Amino acid sequence: MTGFECLKRTLANMTKNDIKQVVLDIIADIAPDEDLSAVKPEVRLRDQLSLDSMDFLDIVMELRKKHGIEVPEADYVQLASLDSCAEYLLPKFLAKQGK
Amino acid sequence: MSQPPRIVITGLGLTAPNGNSLKEFRANLLAGKARIAEIEVRHMGRQPAGVCDFDATKWQKRKEIRNGTRAGSISIYCAREALADAGLDWEKVNKARVGVYLGITEHGNVETENEIFNISQFGNDTKYWTHHHNPRTVANNPAGEVTMNMGITGPHYTIGAACAAGNAGLIQAAQMLQLGEVDLAFAGGISESIHTFGIFAGFKNQGALGSHTDPNQASRPFDKNRNGIVISEGGAIYVLERLDDALARGAKIIAEIAGWCINSDATDAVLPNPERQTQCVQMALERAKLRPQDINIVSTHATATAQGDIQECIALRNVFQHCPQTYINNTKSFIGHCMGAAGALELAGNLPSFEDNWVHPTINISELDPECALPGLVVNQPQQVPEVKTILNNSFGMLGINSALIVKKYEVA
Repeated sequence: MTGFECLKRTLANMTKNDIKQVVLDIIADIAPDEDLSAVKPEVRLRDQLSLDSMDFLDIVMELRKKHGIEVPEADYVQLASLDSCAEYLLPKFLAKQGK
Repeated sequence: MSQPPRIVITGLGLTAPNGNSLKEFRANLLAGKARIAEIEVRHMGRQPAGVCDFDATKWQKRKEIRNGTRAGSISIYCAREALADAGLDWEKVNKARVGVYLGITEHGNVETENEIFNISQFGNDTKYWTHHHNPRTVANNPAGEVTMNMGITGPHYTIGAACAAGNAGLIQAAQMLQLGEVDLAFAGGISESIHTFGIFAGFKNQGALGSHTDPNQASRPFDKNRNGIVISEGGAIYVLERLDDALARGAKIIAEIAGWCINSDATDAVLPNPERQTQCVQMALERAKLRPQDINIVSTHATATAQGDIQECIALRNVFQHCPQTYINNTKSFIGHCMGAAGALELAGNLPSFEDNWVHPTINISELDPECALPGLVVNQPQQVPEVKTILNNSFGMLGINSALIVKKYEVA
């Protein structure tokens, strides 16, 4: 199995927890001063981290650049918490893998 | 018209390729230590350049550094260091009465080049263009980042003045203090130019980019074999106050702003005009109520281009030919050309002369160009002199902008 096929299979089996980790990895890049060890998935990210509107645009941009995932402006509200991110983004990731 | 209030320097913060404090910078200037690196420049390969190694995280969060600009980080570092040097009780300072005036040669080229490269990785699709682009590239960015970092709510802006910008920032601040627009000013010049390939390519194709097998010898103003500019980054920001305010708070007074002039060649975009430079220096002297022989140190602008150095020497001969107590030096031979920071940094490195009476040299002269053999030029070795009470700082730039700033040792009048 090639590396690409391995990656494709991994992505195809992504879970909501994987999506949460994808989002946390992005936040770690854009907000490097934040402690992400105890982020509550059900709580709004802005209520527990120092994130502003430009940071959410960074999350949208990184999803686009790193994962080819588009989030229309009308859906930005879906990125409010890790849980809502997972709920909203998982179908997009799976669709990207042809599932 | 009544006399305008006297303006003094009460704090200083800097980062130069060979020092992140005045103490370190000065020690290297007196020791003849240049520090030019070789860096990889996009599309151009290895080039000599002056690189600063200050710790940006000393005064900024990592997110601030990520979202901001290199010019902003340099500015914040220098402004914070200047504040610490000034001994101000920052909590008690009325931030609405503080101004930030920073000279820049250019701004935004770095970020624009980076984004053009970024979207080239995505088929030039502009949906990958960062939303940080505009706040990073607006011309007030470096000064604005300082206000956000320090909670300053008074005026802030940059002064675009090509390579005369460092002096221009200081002059702007002195004028605003004299007008009563602000009570305290952070002013000087900064540059992030080494991070844009365009400035390297522009000078290269102009035949004005310096090179040498030893990077530390690449910048050699006044040497017969000089071959151009070494591009550097850096910054120097000063705390300026009205003298009365400084005395009232018992501030340490580093120097007094004595006089200045900014004028224009109105002749050529790149070739300096010694006649206008002469007039600029003469006007600064007149405003400072000083004669040429009263100037102890002339800090030259010379960038090591074939023609520019000669033009400045013509101007200096015009003014200082009969001044045996006037000593002439150059800082770019150590650190390259720090562009918007050049004037402010070059003044800074000379200020300790008021205390130690040493004049740092211009280095890297193997064979002095006869056309640059100015009387009083301090070559390769520092020189101790009887007393330093005045410094004239020259900074000139493209489009024919000339600036001359005179500072003097503070004395009770």
